[in-house]
Amino acid sequence: MKVAAAGVAVAVLLALPAVLNAYALTVFVLIFFYAYLGQAWNIVGGYTGQLSVGHAAFVGVGGYTAAMLAASDWAITPWAGMFVGGALAAVLGGIIGYLGFRFGLRGFYFVLLTVAFAEVCRIVVSNVDALGGALGLYITFTGNPRQFQFQDQRAYYYVALALMLLATGVAALLERRRFGIYLTAIREDEAACEALGVPTFRYKMLAMLVSSFLTGLGGTFYAFYLFSLQPNTVFGIPLSVEIIIRPIIGGAGTLLGPILGSLILTPLGEVSRAYFGQSGLHGAHLVVYGVLLIAVVLFLPQGAYPALRQLFTRKRA
Amino acid sequence: MAVGLTLIFGVMRVVNFAHGDMMVWGMYLAFVLATRGGVDPYVAFPLCAMALFVLGVAVQRGLVDRIVDAPHEMQILLMLGVALVLENTALLAFGPEPARVRSRLVTEPLWLGPLFIDTPRLVTFVVAIVLTLALSMFLFRTELGRLIRAAADNPYGARVIGADVGRIYAAAFGIGAACVGAAGALVSPILPFQPPTGLSLSVTSFNIVIIGGMGSLLGAFIGGLLVSVAESLGAVFLRPSLKELFSFSLLIVILLFRPAGLFGKRAS
Amino acid sequence: MSQPLLSVTGLGKRFGGLQAVKDLTFEVGEGEIVALIGPNGAGKTTAFALISGFLTPDGGRVTFVGRDLRGLAPHEVNALGLARTFQIMRPFPRLTVVRNVMIATLGRHPGVAEAERRARAVLDELGLGAKADLPAGGLTLAERKRLELARALGTEPRLLLLDEVMSGLNDAETERIVDLVRAINARGVAILLIEHVMRAVMSLAQRIVVLNYGERIAEGRPDAVANDPRVIEAYLGDEETAAAPA
Repeated sequence: MKVAAAGVAVAVLLALPAVLNAYALTVFVLIFFYAYLGQAWNIVGGYTGQLSVGHAAFVGVGGYTAAMLAASDWAITPWAGMFVGGALAAVLGGIIGYLGFRFGLRGFYFVLLTVAFAEVCRIVVSNVDALGGALGLYITFTGNPRQFQFQDQRAYYYVALALMLLATGVAALLERRRFGIYLTAIREDEAACEALGVPTFRYKMLAMLVSSFLTGLGGTFYAFYLFSLQPNTVFGIPLSVEIIIRPIIGGAGTLLGPILGSLILTPLGEVSRAYFGQSGLHGAHLVVYGVLLIAVVLFLPQGAYPALRQLFTRKRA
Repeated sequence: MAVGLTLIFGVMRVVNFAHGDMMVWGMYLAFVLATRGGVDPYVAFPLCAMALFVLGVAVQRGLVDRIVDAPHEMQILLMLGVALVLENTALLAFGPEPARVRSRLVTEPLWLGPLFIDTPRLVTFVVAIVLTLALSMFLFRTELGRLIRAAADNPYGARVIGADVGRIYAAAFGIGAACVGAAGALVSPILPFQPPTGLSLSVTSFNIVIIGGMGSLLGAFIGGLLVSVAESLGAVFLRPSLKELFSFSLLIVILLFRPAGLFGKRAS
Repeated sequence: MSQPLLSVTGLGKRFGGLQAVKDLTFEVGEGEIVALIGPNGAGKTTAFALISGFLTPDGGRVTFVGRDLRGLAPHEVNALGLARTFQIMRPFPRLTVVRNVMIATLGRHPGVAEAERRARAVLDELGLGAKADLPAGGLTLAERKRLELARALGTEPRLLLLDEVMSGLNDAETERIVDLVRAINARGVAILLIEHVMRAVMSLAQRIVVLNYGERIAEGRPDAVANDPRVIEAYLGDEETAAAPA
């Protein structure tokens, strides 16, 4: 049943570009991409309950790495560079995780640690001229697929879709295995986990490594889709907020939460950005995000997806 | 500002991402009063404090009260939501350009012999000290102040002795917000500001409070001094844009080695 | 007794000015049931935390299956076959009951299907089979006590540390736990329990260690301990006396 539904959904998404206009295509690219980032965050932030508000740093590290490698004398294709970027992001994630978990930083202290690391990255990159300094890096458009660039928007659509499916597949796999089951228990009560023989430190580290690696991969897409990387945007707190808000509103620690969250928020954000942005009013979409976040915390603390599921099972019963 | 933050944190153990944005709202209120009403920010700051007090009580009563028993993470997210709304309504209302308020009362720099003193800074500093003293008096000498400290130490105990904890929290949150509002108005002639300033102000104030010790008033004050000294020293030796690096690195180190700050009670 | 399963030697722990556990020495043999009793605040729960790796002792040593436990994390202690329950029960409230127990069984059975099979078997044994697929947050107090026991059992321990698994239960429920503990013990699992319910202690324990102010003041067979003047003195004035020896 579930597999069939997932198959139908994927088939529809594969066929969709045939009927979408250019603008709708762009919106879908963003829906998939932010769902992907949300899914990657969800592994450590949702399932494991370690609230990282510094995930933008992994996007930044991944993006800068791939862009620098592509622009270097070796001209390494971003298709390979993205894995180097992911690996470096995982190294950073490993450092943050090691310090945070080893020193037992919880709740707000862990949030602050992740924010502080992201800010340190932002400031350092802003001040290194070799990385383009505060102005950042610009990528010239060649339209060469080898350079992760495509003349046809539909190619970006499929790459973003593939990323989202990849992260969802990883999360689905985790949910079914010991790894994922342990993570959900760590979120509930770490001491009880230890008493039952769960090596909590190791599993939190693994979750952080997987999450930061995947987020780092996404950095390459970000760089070569938008053709630019600016320290204030890729390492900034606002991007971290964009990353975490979708899975939280959709349902943190659920498989479909990040996707549902992105389906709701991305178009909403785009519409309000387009509508208010035209009249010179910026930030409207962030007001909407803020209000939604408050509403979800107050009324649907588990997120939209579990609430919807409950609604349907109740109707059926 | 750090005084406001530490008061709220000490009382509620509710972490407030919205603090910097409340301060920015204090600044913009001063800005509006100055440009539309011709009220000098050094006169207007009590008004800003009152407005923010109302906002703080409203946030506490309307939002935080509903989830005091929810997991800590939920409170962080709630405040993140409030911060987003505050920051971006400011953006909608005032636009992204930096704003600055000119004070007509205090403009002339003061020369003390060879020493040059920037008067607006001096006035701000003096008023901040007076406010801190007043707040300490309030917390340690008045009935409500004692109740606030009692509720911070042991909410259950405070409830048992019949204190209206909800009212106390609301008062504490409101007073914290008021301090931030006053601080915003007071620094508005010194610091150019724009809506995104809120986030970096919040981060700076976390630095100050954590370095100084969560929940300790004296600690927040000393933490504030330490952070500003560190940042100015950094600015002397490094590019100005790198000075924030100092406080963030300091924050990471202090987070790791002394989670309750230099003067706070150690969390066990 | 040959090589004891657990041996605690000269164990000490101080919190600030309070000596919570002082020079504590005792042993638990293979397959034995030993009770640790004493007035409130005598250091029993602290002793559990020291043995199970949740606290680091200031001095002394804990040896289990011939291994020094110094420096081991709680999960490593558990992997050696020493499981504990918490006085304040700590179920994972949002996970189902069977998932709760799977967290325990997965340690020795990494395959999810096998872990689930074993978890359900444990739940059936403890009479929680019907509740297996409900969220643990909705269980009654008595059920949560049994879930706590089920989880500890799910790690397949050789020694089970039970911290007040009977407190707050009515007579019938207590009786049920006593029977369960006896059945578990019959399969060869040694048991060290902290308990205030004296009737249960007297009927279960083969040996009793009495703590007061962190120190061992008596040790022996239940009837001998119950008549020990030092024990009676320690309990005098304590509100637990009502339910206590005599």
